[in-house]
Amino acid sequence: MKILTEHIDVPGIETIDVFRKHGGYSALEKALKTMSPDEVTEEVKKSGLRGRGGAGFPVGMKWSFLAKPEGVPRYLVCNADESEPGTFKDHYLMMKSPHTLIEGMIVSSFALGANTSYIYVRGELMYVIHILEKAIQECYDKGLLGKNILGSGYDLDLFVQPGGGAYICGEETALLESLEGKRGNPRNKPPFPAVKGLWQCPTVVNNVESIAATSWIVNNGGEEYAKLGVGRSTGTKLISVSGHVRKPGVYEIPLGITVEDFIYADEWCGGIRAGHKLKAVVAGGSSVPILPAELILTTAAGEKRLMTYESLSDGGFATGTMLGSGGFVVMDETTCIVHNTLTFGRFYHHESCGQCSPCREGTGWMDKILYRIEHGQGRQEDIDLLVDVAKKIEGNTICPLGDAAAWPVAAAIRHFRDEFEWHVKHPEKATQPGAVFMREGASWTL
Amino acid sequence: MKVTIDNITIDVEPGTTIMQAARQIGPHIAPPAMCYYEPLKGSGGKCRGCLVKVTAGSEKDPRPMPKLVPSCITQVQEGMVVENTVNEQVLEARKGVVEFLLLNHPLDCPICDQAGECHLQDFSFEHGVSKTRTVEERNTFEPVDLGPYIKLNMNRCVLCYRCVYTADQITEGRVHGVMHRGDHAEISTYIEKAIDNDFSGNVIDVCPVGALTDKTYRFKSRVWFSKPVDASCDCGKCSGKVTLWYKGDDVIRVTARKNIWGEVTSFICNTCRFEKKKTSDWKIEGPMAVPRHSVISANKYAANKITPAFPMKQAAEQYKKIDDNRDRSFLNAPKELN
Ligand SMILES: Cc1cc2nc3c(=O)[nH]c(=O)nc-3n(C[C@H](O)[C@H](O)[C@H](O)COP(=O)(O)O)c2cc1C
Ligand code: SF4
Ligand code: SF4
Ligand code: FES
Repeated sequence: MKILTEHIDVPGIETIDVFRKHGGYSALEKALKTMSPDEVTEEVKKSGLRGRGGAGFPVGMKWSFLAKPEGVPRYLVCNADESEPGTFKDHYLMMKSPHTLIEGMIVSSFALGANTSYIYVRGELMYVIHILEKAIQECYDKGLLGKNILGSGYDLDLFVQPGGGAYICGEETALLESLEGKRGNPRNKPPFPAVKGLWQCPTVVNNVESIAATSWIVNNGGEEYAKLGVGRSTGTKLISVSGHVRKPGVYEIPLGITVEDFIYADEWCGGIRAGHKLKAVVAGGSSVPILPAELILTTAAGEKRLMTYESLSDGGFATGTMLGSGGFVVMDETTCIVHNTLTFGRFYHHESCGQCSPCREGTGWMDKILYRIEHGQGRQEDIDLLVDVAKKIEGNTICPLGDAAAWPVAAAIRHFRDEFEWHVKHPEKATQPGAVFMREGASWTL
Repeated sequence: MKVTIDNITIDVEPGTTIMQAARQIGPHIAPPAMCYYEPLKGSGGKCRGCLVKVTAGSEKDPRPMPKLVPSCITQVQEGMVVENTVNEQVLEARKGVVEFLLLNHPLDCPICDQAGECHLQDFSFEHGVSKTRTVEERNTFEPVDLGPYIKLNMNRCVLCYRCVYTADQITEGRVHGVMHRGDHAEISTYIEKAIDNDFSGNVIDVCPVGALTDKTYRFKSRVWFSKPVDASCDCGKCSGKVTLWYKGDDVIRVTARKNIWGEVTSFICNTCRFEKKKTSDWKIEGPMAVPRHSVISANKYAANKITPAFPMKQAAEQYKKIDDNRDRSFLNAPKELN
């Protein structure tokens, strides 16, 4: 069952005519001509659709929190800043089928009563910005955007904003600052964007995939959407797979398939590359805890892990992880976990905005310690020091980037402490090019 | 609105923050503030030094808040219960914040003009630990001149943004700000422009550390060797209410007056600050009421003893009277002293 990518490979789907031929903009007509904004919101609520940007907050609920004071404009902002290492699904969707997002934007803006909406696109993706702008122009030309859309009396202007060139601009309040033309520093919350967002007006920020899914929900009803998936993980999810699998790429999966199927079935990743074995997975983008092979395939309780919000987080951080943004990074036995952790650590060090001291200083500190360990200058006490630094960052910062920097380090040490110790104890071996620690008896040890 | 902080209940106006409520109770309860600055709109929430534990959100919803909250920007609710220095988790987090702030901070207090009136010194004295765990090289920056009066030593900056808000809110047109990100972020002027306007000097006063210093005062003295005296003048540009810092008979520095939290009560213009350095320029009002955050108060004016909240007991055990007989020159000391 495909919702977002059903027609994605149809030639010309990026043009409005081909898109319409395949059912495009029918949700827009249905919503504007036959439904009230509240009815659209109601369907989204019923669908159980959860935010696809990382946190998994129910979209309908977020919409219903939007403050609606008289005489104050409301905004919908689409978060297309996608910069999380391992995540490249929004990029794929917008590049191939821009109208899927734009239709969702119009339907969602209508539901929220927004007359001006923005798509904030990662600044490096200039060509995607051009694709979106072209598609938006087509909509204006056909009367699907602008004043009095399809004679319904509803007006909407849609703008594309190139991002500020920083990962932190994907954090919703930093995004709003950046959209206002300022430095992309996250705001302290409360107030939340639903009350004081863009230009201090009520604002909803949603991920590309969350917004794109609303058209299907309008067309087919929230209940139909909720039938897909398992429990509170309804619908489909785009997963961007990278790493040591046979077929990396973007897949739209029904939530609820097993992780094992997803990695090994030919329909999806097609298994680990020939001659190698699964060692570890980062399941939801670089911020979520890494899990070793055993724990990603089965929960600590021995049940098969599913591709759902609940199943992936089963066991908490001790033995679980998170679905996050769906950036699925697969590593085989050739991967050095210390090196990988350093790569992530370096990224967060580079991307911290520097406003709050625990994240600003802590990310740099962790990077330096990890660098020493990886380069044969680690000390035994560095390992516990890393854990403690991570703990002192976590939960004490303005925005979740601090947590996102702390979790991967803490998780890598939690599950692969022996690799860190090996680096400290045998620097002469660990610093050999391509050297990787092989845990005795582990499922991935050749 | 009733709020309880460290078991002390106080009645405050709605809209008061936890920090303000704590300050109303008194200095021994007030959380440390490295970035919050009451006169500056929008300040606070950054350094995380003022984190507190809310053990009950309000009377209506008495659940504890899941995370520690910054007291400087969190408003009190009716029946809120807050733990400050009585909570282990809070003390642990603050220990972390001190450690983070010192991580790339040069420990050059002996040659830093701010020493003695530095909030980072106070903060680490009250909440830090005496040992360091870092072996990493510190990030360093070259000192820069920001115009004729101000020197920036970025190594010492804690990125509190106070100087940015000051320039935004009390000068005409800000020309400096924060460039870059993370621990490589730095205070910088727009393409190395000089900060040049009538009120620019105030950034020196709001800086909690020795990152922005007064070039007319650099290396002239240690703050505890000078005598602060409140004075005023008829100034067309500002209130003319200042503090003069004397060394012997010379005015070596002019600053704005500050309250007990180290916050400027009335911003002053550059003419008053940098150009009126003669006693005859001023009408003397009397000795300055010394703020809490100042070693100057130590035993100098009987009413103003330093009472560090957290390590008070510790300090009491090791307390020595500071020999304040600084007018005696050791160079020409009588023989029997040697
Ligand atoms: C450091 C950081 C980066 C983020 N980057 C993105 C991003 O690139 N795209 C995105 O949709 N959400 C990102 N988020 C999450 C957003 O803050 C926000 O929760 C999300 O856009 C809400 O949309 P949703 O409810 O549809 O998921 C990021 C969060 C953090 C803390
Ligand atoms: S947690 Fe990091 S990225 Fe977020 S506001 Fe603080 S310093 Fe900036
Ligand atoms: S220079 Fe001083 S006032 Fe400005 S941000 Fe740095 S520490 Fe704060
Ligand atoms: S004083 Fe509250 S966070 Fe800095």
